[in-house]
Amino acid sequence: MQENEDIDVKCCCDGNKKDKFIEEIFAEYQPIKDNLIQMLNEIQEHYGYVPMEVQKDLSEFLSIPMAEIYGVVTFYSRFSLKPKGKYNISVCMGTACYVKGSQKILDRLLERLQIRPGETTEDGLFSIEETRCVGACGLAPVFTVNGEVYGKATVQKLDQVLDKLMNS
Amino acid sequence: MENNLITLTIDDQEVKVEKGTTILQAAKQAGIDIPTLCFLKDINEVGDCRMCIVEVEGRRGFATSCIQTVEEGMVVHTNTQNVLEARHVILDLIISNHAKDCLTCTRSGNCELQNLATKFNISKVEFEGERAEHKIDNLSPSIVRDFNKCILCRRCVAACKNVQEIGAIDCINRGFESCISTVGDHSLNDVNCTNCGQCIEACPTGALHEKETIDDVWIKLKNPDTYVIAQTAPAVRVALGEEFDMPIGSNVTGKMVTSLKRLGFDKVFDTNTGADFTIMEEANEFIERFQEKEHLPMITSCSPGWVKYMEMNYPELLPYLSTCKSPHQMFGALLKTYYAKKEGIDPEKIYVVSVMPCIAKKFERQRAEMKNNGLYDVDNVITTRELSRMIKQANIEFIKLEDSEFDSPMGEATGASAIFGTTGGVMEAALRTAQDTLTGKDLERIDFEQVRGGDGTKKATVNIAGTDIKVVVASGLANAKKILEEIKSGKADYQFVEIMACPGGCVMGGGQPIKSSKIRSEVDVRKLRADSLYTIDEKSTIRKSHENPVLKKIYEEFLEKPGSYRAEKLLHTSYQAREKYNI
Repeated sequence: MQENEDIDVKCCCDGNKKDKFIEEIFAEYQPIKDNLIQMLNEIQEHYGYVPMEVQKDLSEFLSIPMAEIYGVVTFYSRFSLKPKGKYNISVCMGTACYVKGSQKILDRLLERLQIRPGETTEDGLFSIEETRCVGACGLAPVFTVNGEVYGKATVQKLDQVLDKLMNS
Repeated sequence: MENNLITLTIDDQEVKVEKGTTILQAAKQAGIDIPTLCFLKDINEVGDCRMCIVEVEGRRGFATSCIQTVEEGMVVHTNTQNVLEARHVILDLIISNHAKDCLTCTRSGNCELQNLATKFNISKVEFEGERAEHKIDNLSPSIVRDFNKCILCRRCVAACKNVQEIGAIDCINRGFESCISTVGDHSLNDVNCTNCGQCIEACPTGALHEKETIDDVWIKLKNPDTYVIAQTAPAVRVALGEEFDMPIGSNVTGKMVTSLKRLGFDKVFDTNTGADFTIMEEANEFIERFQEKEHLPMITSCSPGWVKYMEMNYPELLPYLSTCKSPHQMFGALLKTYYAKKEGIDPEKIYVVSVMPCIAKKFERQRAEMKNNGLYDVDNVITTRELSRMIKQANIEFIKLEDSEFDSPMGEATGASAIFGTTGGVMEAALRTAQDTLTGKDLERIDFEQVRGGDGTKKATVNIAGTDIKVVVASGLANAKKILEEIKSGKADYQFVEIMACPGGCVMGGGQPIKSSKIRSEVDVRKLRADSLYTIDEKSTIRKSHENPVLKKIYEEFLEKPGSYRAEKLLHTSYQAREKYNI
C-alpha cells in the first residue's frame, strides 16, 4: 500500500450539502455508467482535480463502486487527485521528445521545484506532469505551461520561463 | 442441432463442438489440456495473462484460447515449440515481479503460479529488474492483501465486482504502478468490503489470504489454566478432507473430531447444536412476525458477510433482518453461561474456538454486540484451511485417524442443522420446525426439494396448516441485492427470505479449501460438498431441530422457551447502519 495521508480528501462542498456545480452536472447527466468519463472530465475542468468526496458522490449517482472510479481517475493522466498548481507544467516524454533530451528538462524542473511528477508545490504555484505526445514532435523537445507549448526546449529556456513565472 | 456444430482440428484431432465454444473449451472436450492462469470459468474470462495461447494456422501471432471462439475448419496447435517458448517467456515475465518466498507462503503447494513454474521447468529467474514494493494490508480482521504476490490476473476483481457486485477492489494506477487495490489504496477494512472472502477463493497465488489466528490458539492450548473448546460448523466436515487429498465432499466428521482432540482441545462440540438453537429462535421469530404481519419478509441473519452488506447498503431494511445471532455465536454464548455453570468452570477461563468455512466470522466475532458480561461469545475463529494447517503442523496423519464422536452434552445435533452449510438449508430447517409448531403435529414432510440446488435464487410456495407461505432463497450478494431491491420497491410478495453471502452457501465460503481454476472448471465443487451434507441429514435419526433432546433440556433448565428474556439476551443481537467508506 502507498501512504495516502497526503491525498486531499477535503470536500469541495459544505457538509452534506452538495456543491452547486455537482448538483448541476447530476441534473445534466443520466445516471448510467457510460457517462463516467465525461462527468470526470467536467469535474476535473471545474475543480482542477477530482476530489475524493466527489468520487463518492459519483459512485452513488452512477452506482459504480468507488474503487472502479478511482481506477479510472488514476489510469488517465488527464485526471488528478490533487489540485494542480496555478502553473501546471507538463514535460512531454513521448518518443520524439525523449530522444531529443526531454529527460534533462524534466530533471531540471524536478530539481528546481523540489517536487515529483503529479505533485504540487506547497505554495500552490506549480505542479509537474509527465505527458506522452502532445502532437508537436516537430518542435521536440517540448514542455507546456497551462497548455501553452514551449518548443525546442533547453534547460536554459526552462530556467528563463520558471524565473519569469516565479517573479510574476 | 447439426447446423450449430463446428468442425475444427486441434493437435491433429478432428473435434466437433457447438458454435460459440472457445478453443480452450473445445480442446478440453477433446481431452487436450491447455494451461491457464487468469482464467476462472464463468467468472474471469478475459484473456489477460495469455498463458493459454495457441497457434492457429493461417493467422499471425498467437490466439488466446480462453476467449477465442472456434471457427469452421480452424487448425489449432496447442503445444508447438513456438507456443511453449512464448508461454515460457510470459511466465518468466510474471515471475520477474513476483515475491519468490514460496517456502513461507501460505499457498505453497496449492499455488497456480508455482504449479506452472514446475510444469515449465523454470529453474532460474530469467529477468531480474525493478521490483514494485508494496506494503501488506493486514488491518482487516478477515483478509490480508499482499500485493507483492499478485500477478494482476484480476480473478479477485471479477469475483468481487461481477459475482458479488461489491467492487471493493479494482485495478488502480497505470503501467508498472498498476496494482489491485481499493479506492485511495486504503485498507480493505475501511472500504465497502463485506469480508465474504470470494476474492481469496479466486486468487491463484498467495496475494490474498485470511488473517491467520492459529498462533493464538496454540498459545491457549499450551496453557493448562485455559479450558479450550472447539466448535465446528457443518460445512467444515465436508471440505476439510480435501486438504489431505481426499475426494471433494468427503464427510470427515469423525476424523475431524479426533484430530481436534489430538491437538489438545478440552472439548470438541458441534456448531450444529447451535444451528438447532438458531432454528428454534428463528422459527419462533418468524411465526410471531407472520401472525402479527410485522416486518415481513423476515430475512435470515446467519451469514455475517451478508449482515455487513445490509448494514452498509440497505440500513433502512435492517428491521426485516432476523435478530438471531448466527449459530456459532449462539453456541459460544451458551458455552460461557449454561455450560460453564453446569460444569463449574469459570467462564473467564473458557476459550471458544470456532472452526468455520467463513472468514466474515472473524469480523463478526469481534463485534461489540457479541459480548455477554464483558466476555466475547467466541474468542477465536479459524477457517477450514487454518485447521488443516494446525493438523499438519502437529504432524497428525489425518487420513489414518480413527473416527470419534463429538463430546456430550453439547455435541448432539439434528439433520436439519447439518444442511445449514448449504444454500437453502436454513430455510428448509426452519420450515420443518415452523410447520410442526404451527400445526402442533409431528409432520412426515421433511424434505423441501424446492429450496435445494445450486441456483442463485430459488422461489417456492409452501403450504403450512392451510396457509401458503412464499419463501425465497438467494446466495451470492448479487442475487441478494435483487431480492432487497424487490423488498425496497414493495414488489416482494414473500414472507421468508434466506440469504447467504457466498454463492452456493457456506460450503463455498471464503475459508474453505481453495480449488484451482482447473478443478473449478471440471467439477461442481458446490454440489459435491452440499450433497454430502444432505446425506448427513438423511442418515440422521433426528431431522428436526425442535426434536433435539439437548435443546429440549437446555430450554427446560435454562432458557425457558424460544424468545424468552434470557434467550433474547444471549441468542439475539442488534444491527447498525455502517458507512461504506471510512476514508
